[in-house]
Amino acid sequence: MIHPYEPDLLGFARRHAVPVTFVALCLTLCVLSGQGPAFLAGEVVTRLVRNSFTTLSLIVPVLAGLGLNFGIVLGAMAAQMAVIAVVHWNMSGLSGFLAAAALAVPLALVFGWLVGLLFNRAKGREMVTGLIASFFANGLYQLLFLFLVGTLIPFHDPGLLLPEGYGLRNTVNLAPVNYALDDILSATWIPHQGVTWAVGGAKKADSAPSVELPNPVAQNTSGQGTPVKVPIGTFVVIAGLCLAIGALMSTKLGQDMRAVGQDMHIAEIAGIPVDRTRLIAVAISTVLAAWGHLVYLQNMGTLNTYSSHEQIGMFGVASLLVGGASVTRATVWQALLGTLLFHTLFVTSPLAGKTLMGDPQIGEFFRVFVAYGVIALALALHAWRGGNQK
Amino acid sequence: MRERVLSLYEKWVVKHVAEIGIPRLLIGCFVAALLCVAYLYDMNLSLLLSDSLVRVGRNGILVLALLPAVQGGLGLNFGLPVGVAAGLVGLLVPMNLDVGGWKCFLVATALAAIFGWLAGLAYGWLLNRVKGQEMMVGTYVGFSAVSGMCIFWLLAPFHNRKLIWPIGGIGLRTTLPCTSGMSHILDNLGKLELGQLAIPTGLLLYFLLLCGLVALFFRTRTGLAIRAAGENPLYAKACGISEDRTRLQAAALSTMLAAIGIVAFSSSYGFVQLYQAPLMVAFPAVAALLIGGGSVSRASVSHVVIGTLLFQTLLTIALPVANKVVTGDISEVARVIVANGMILYALTRGPR
Repeated sequence: MIHPYEPDLLGFARRHAVPVTFVALCLTLCVLSGQGPAFLAGEVVTRLVRNSFTTLSLIVPVLAGLGLNFGIVLGAMAAQMAVIAVVHWNMSGLSGFLAAAALAVPLALVFGWLVGLLFNRAKGREMVTGLIASFFANGLYQLLFLFLVGTLIPFHDPGLLLPEGYGLRNTVNLAPVNYALDDILSATWIPHQGVTWAVGGAKKADSAPSVELPNPVAQNTSGQGTPVKVPIGTFVVIAGLCLAIGALMSTKLGQDMRAVGQDMHIAEIAGIPVDRTRLIAVAISTVLAAWGHLVYLQNMGTLNTYSSHEQIGMFGVASLLVGGASVTRATVWQALLGTLLFHTLFVTSPLAGKTLMGDPQIGEFFRVFVAYGVIALALALHAWRGGNQK
Repeated sequence: MRERVLSLYEKWVVKHVAEIGIPRLLIGCFVAALLCVAYLYDMNLSLLLSDSLVRVGRNGILVLALLPAVQGGLGLNFGLPVGVAAGLVGLLVPMNLDVGGWKCFLVATALAAIFGWLAGLAYGWLLNRVKGQEMMVGTYVGFSAVSGMCIFWLLAPFHNRKLIWPIGGIGLRTTLPCTSGMSHILDNLGKLELGQLAIPTGLLLYFLLLCGLVALFFRTRTGLAIRAAGENPLYAKACGISEDRTRLQAAALSTMLAAIGIVAFSSSYGFVQLYQAPLMVAFPAVAALLIGGGSVSRASVSHVVIGTLLFQTLLTIALPVANKVVTGDISEVARVIVANGMILYALTRGPR
């Protein structure tokens, strides 16, 4: 018998086994990586900015009982198509970013709708269907951009096409929209020097890194003087999304989704259009994923035409699961915590692998192993627990 | 008149199409069309056919490895890389000792079978705990097995100079040539040469022999129990069959066949591919089984043979034909679309 006011650490650890395990793993790897807190903070903030939005886009289908939506890769593809169009039209800055966001919506809606139709035909195995759908869509995407652009599709932009005159280049420079969202309002924290604020892109010109850091190499290795840039603008957008998801869940539609997620048959009897609700959930998720991928791309500044989208599904799902979400339950906090933990793991594991085994290549392999292993472990743990409850 | 035509249509076309299955029909027509195109472009048909026969023999066992899992009610075994990794370890042990020829092949197959069985037991134990999510968990267990083995290949205690990187003295190379006499050993066994058409008799016989053994196994008491539990767990339970036990056996058998399959594959290919190479090995195999007419919950040896024949012939012919017709490597893209499209089709059709 535990006293109600006594902190029940063991029980807490058992209830939140997954995040607790990963917090421990993260702390160990942070220590092993041998990097200073400023370096780690900088890396993790960058990755939170890039990936939180995408991870959050997974929540709605989880609540609607569709499981983890690997189909968000199609949303990422929609975003890439939109951003390629924006670069082609020579749009830049925030207006370019917003144009891409607007253009991505109809594309993502169509893709999401198609994936939703597929999921409705494969009830009970949406996850593996989504995974294969993302592979399949990747094949179509390659067909479109490697062979059809410039041949069947009249698109002739020498800056974007391969030298042969058809097929898109492997990398597209996104400099025009780089940091479009991040730079609305950003704070830069330099250890021992305080915080500088910047509104709009104005800061860019007078704060080239060489001016701020007389000896960047030496400071990077010590991990002390690296400036940490915190893009407040993007974080505000992410916070807005968190609130929007909360608001959506309290509307009639959101309640319908929950009901469908609890039990499809009862929802059907209660008069909820089950298939339609599931379709809407997937479509919302795909549109959010497209926006999330745009946030990611504007921070990256380059687009790998044929690989930027591939890892999106895997990283998003791994992040959400690490945060303690399950196939049937997910919250905004789990998504944010998971993104933080997973990407800390991702940053530190190669460094830690190098320290432990003394081979940089081992670190690389270790990183891939962690990414796949995390999903396998989390899926197995959750399925295992689900099996015990029955 | 119109009604008679319609009734004839229903009687013959619909019935036969349903029997053959739309995917098998479509892919079969596509292969036939490709062969016609190849003939029209004056390409060497016998060379193409010999190539596809070799590839059928090479990949067939990996497709066969999926069969016990489907029969045992585990769904499509995307965890095939687990078995492949075990098989590669089994293959590298005799190679490290510089054994060649039949001795190497037989020792490697035996070791692969043992390692595969053990790995399969562990894999099956896990799958028994995640019922209903086998395909999803299997996919990611397979992925993590491959990436985990990458670290193993780098640190494994193999010291044969022919296998490791020249610098450093540790870590296996990415692609290893098979030891002397081991490469193409099955292909060359009783090889028939009819003009330019070469038939790798030994390789095909080995594949068919394993098919026969698996078919026989599913007529034994154990095999029937696995099938019964896969088809109807409740009924099997009523008959006194432990479902957990048969599922374990199915997973172990599937993994073991994958391990044996990769030994035959490497021997016929002439090279052992390590590191990231086996990552996607399950997907073409699954596509082949589905093209052959199998589904998530039902498959037979004939599905394996027909599917491997169709899919591998398609892949072999598509590349040279596509290169004649369009420039660029469109066949790789086509492979991705066909394979994954096939799996998607099967996933949306199976019983719920």
